[in-house]
Amino acid sequence: MPHDHHDHDHDHDHHHHGLSPSGHPYRQDDDAPLTYWQRMEIAVRELLIEKGVTTAAEVAAQIDLMDSRSPANGAAVVARAWTDPAFKERLLQNAGDASREMGFDIGPLHLIAVENTAETHNLIVCTLCSCYPRNLLGLPPDWYKTRAYRSRAVREPRAVLAEFGVELPDSTTIRVHDSTADMRYIVLPARPAGTEDLREAELAAWVTRDSMIGTGLPRAPQNATQGG
Amino acid sequence: MAERVRVRTLMPPGHVRAPAYLRGKTGIIERALGEFGNPEQLAYGLPAERKPLYRVRFTMAELWGDRAERPEDTLDAEIYAHWLEEVPDHAP
Repeated sequence: MPHDHHDHDHDHDHHHHGLSPSGHPYRQDDDAPLTYWQRMEIAVRELLIEKGVTTAAEVAAQIDLMDSRSPANGAAVVARAWTDPAFKERLLQNAGDASREMGFDIGPLHLIAVENTAETHNLIVCTLCSCYPRNLLGLPPDWYKTRAYRSRAVREPRAVLAEFGVELPDSTTIRVHDSTADMRYIVLPARPAGTEDLREAELAAWVTRDSMIGTGLPRAPQNATQGG
Repeated sequence: MAERVRVRTLMPPGHVRAPAYLRGKTGIIERALGEFGNPEQLAYGLPAERKPLYRVRFTMAELWGDRAERPEDTLDAEIYAHWLEEVPDHAP
């Protein structure tokens, strides 16, 4: 039995969506019918389990594995590259193998690292869909998948970067990388000035997710007492 | 493969991974990536031929003309060889 529907009267609705009348945030129940692809996913999954090809536990374990991947993995790779010139060389040669060398299980991922320097800033996008180095960094942020980011990053990257708070001098060349096929990309940000005395583990805390997409720059950790 | 290449202006139906905004645009090969299964067949569960894949670098001036924010900025994309045609070096 559904609750009263006064919130659905769009013509006279002065409430903010996603807020209850008392101002408490909530998410609407997803009472809509399943989409075609949701039905397809459930049907295929149930068939695979019924036929013994996989188990529900294996499916859950894969989801756990994907959820366990986070930008911290990429941050560790970047920090290693900042402190170990030979590793940086290998990373720029073959970022997939360099990440595996650090023990990250990234599957068959083909990864290219692109280096930010004083003259060059790199920005990653996938205009066709949402290709992202998930096997290293975990799931992409929601904005990365939006039509606005995907269309604007290739057309007006400087305007997009400014909205992310990244203002680059006109002397910096921007290189946008559109992940159109089999490769995935990670930006190797430039090591910030003033971090010369920091060790690898401390440096990793400076590496944000956005700095590895190119929409941000490394910054001092918000909570300086964290880590260690 | 020539240094300078143009993305073919084909508009085939179905799944392709050469973005429409790059079709007809000229760039240079940034690097060869090796051979990968053709996504135009893989997308339909068909046996896929292996096709050479390249990273092609375009200038923003080439892509957007006068509306480019900064003409010398670049865009790199991965394009399959069968989507590329050679451009003679002396071409305009």
